[in-house]
Amino acid sequence: MSIVKEFTKGLWKEIPPFRLVLGLCPTLAVTKTASDGMGMGAAVIFVLVLSNVIISLVRKIIPKKVRIACFIVIAASLVVSVELLMQAYAYPLYQSLGIFVPLIVVNCIILGRAEAFAAKNPVLMSAADGLGMGIGFTLSLTFLGALREIFGYGKLFGSAVFGPAFKPFTFMVEAPGAFVCLGLILAAMNYLAIWQSKRAGLPEPAIAASCGGCRACAIGESKQIVEG
Amino acid sequence: MAEKLWRVTMSPHLRDGTSTSSIMWTVFCALLPQLGLSAWVFGPRVLLLAGVSIGSALLAEWAVRKAMGRDNTVTDGSAALTGLLLAYVLPPGVPLDLPFWGAVFSVCIAKQLFGGLGFNFFNPALMGRAFLAVGFPVAMTTAWIMPQFPGFLSSLAAPDAVATATPLYVLKHAGLAEFLREFGNSRGWAALILGFRPGCIGETSPVLLLLGGGWLLYKRIITWHVPASMLAAVALLAWVFGPEGWFTGPVLPHLFSGGLFLGAFFMATDYVTSPSRPRAKLIFGAGCGALTMLIRLKGGYPEGVCYAILLMNCLSPVLDDWIRPRRFAPPLQCEPGKKP
Repeated sequence: MSIVKEFTKGLWKEIPPFRLVLGLCPTLAVTKTASDGMGMGAAVIFVLVLSNVIISLVRKIIPKKVRIACFIVIAASLVVSVELLMQAYAYPLYQSLGIFVPLIVVNCIILGRAEAFAAKNPVLMSAADGLGMGIGFTLSLTFLGALREIFGYGKLFGSAVFGPAFKPFTFMVEAPGAFVCLGLILAAMNYLAIWQSKRAGLPEPAIAASCGGCRACAIGESKQIVEG
Repeated sequence: MAEKLWRVTMSPHLRDGTSTSSIMWTVFCALLPQLGLSAWVFGPRVLLLAGVSIGSALLAEWAVRKAMGRDNTVTDGSAALTGLLLAYVLPPGVPLDLPFWGAVFSVCIAKQLFGGLGFNFFNPALMGRAFLAVGFPVAMTTAWIMPQFPGFLSSLAAPDAVATATPLYVLKHAGLAEFLREFGNSRGWAALILGFRPGCIGETSPVLLLLGGGWLLYKRIITWHVPASMLAAVALLAWVFGPEGWFTGPVLPHLFSGGLFLGAFFMATDYVTSPSRPRAKLIFGAGCGALTMLIRLKGGYPEGVCYAILLMNCLSPVLDDWIRPRRFAPPLQCEPGKKP
């Protein structure tokens, strides 16, 4: 596989929150405004690229049995550094993201890419994969944040987009609004995928999943076969 | 000799004309007396709110079914009933766009995206109310209208008050003594029970709601299990957990001053979102009542019927699964799953 392909798959084909449905905690929690989403995404890009590179570098010396713990230690060190950097240079953003910066450690995308990709692939590939996934994550969060900010506050990146007569739709910036928006976006993504493959004359694609490292479906199938 | 042909059909052989739409429209009619009372005491604006709510629910149902490429279900009456029930759980002073957004949310997201009538987990009208309570919290908690009192009750309260608090709000935030000072005399109780008090459009009059509910019971559209166990649970818990100690609580204020009768007879008995076995219905109703009292006594809101029913809606598939009908046939001779 080429580097370009590894990079671009994170931008659309396997875009983390909308296709892989990973990393939903920050996706739901810190997308009240577009700039919050973008800041969170930037922090995740930093951590994801570096953790992918480091894990790929040491992938041959990590013992198989303790690999998850090693991944977590690497991600945690990177997250602490990004947290300190944010406190030093972007304090307002740090305050508005709050607890969700340290929570990047347990973000499924970091661990998922480490397990599914970086632990098996060379350094450059892993860096491209991390960068693509991180940018895809940032774009998704910024898009969701913009959607919620436009309708919930009538603003985009802090500047008003509607006239003064606009009555904000407060539901969108509350927690249930995040769930409803995310659900509608996922539905639209699936609809688009089905429509595209129909137009190309292909069979219907698997819905909202790139089954990367997960074998859950296969486990279910084999269990059914055993039971049957 | 011509051979006589008998028509052979599958059971059931005894049928009556009940259909989804006839049930929906019967419930709709059973609710109408309360709408008349509300229009009288809160002004004709109430009719406008109900019209907007029903109209947008019908429009949303038509539009979303068309967009999803499914057959048209506007005439089955479920969307109209959802619209009316949504209007019933709104305060009478809300702006006219609230019932529109609420109805669109109820029908499109709470009902049709789950698969339409029969597949929705949650009562659509209550989902609409929960949506509006999150999205428009100020209007949903302050837009109360002081009722216009007819002559024989006119000295009950200050007639020039425009906005006021609901009885449950008084009970929660000012205490029982203040509640009794406002509603404690015989005129106050008459106003509470007949429905001349501030509150949501459809919750004010226990008498008219009981009348409608009784008619539905008589027509066998609902059964007594859910309403009875819900009212009993609320009464019991209100009595046990009184403000001044155990077994001293005021029962009647909790029974008559909230949306309990509307919830117990018309919301919690929804076929789709409540269990279908009698014992499961008893547990479901008791759970609704218990959660209502938990929210009223310990929660942040003065009224808890809406969220109590929504929470129990989540449990209704589980209740249906737990409470299985007793096996009519003799017991199995061997372990299930093994061949004899």
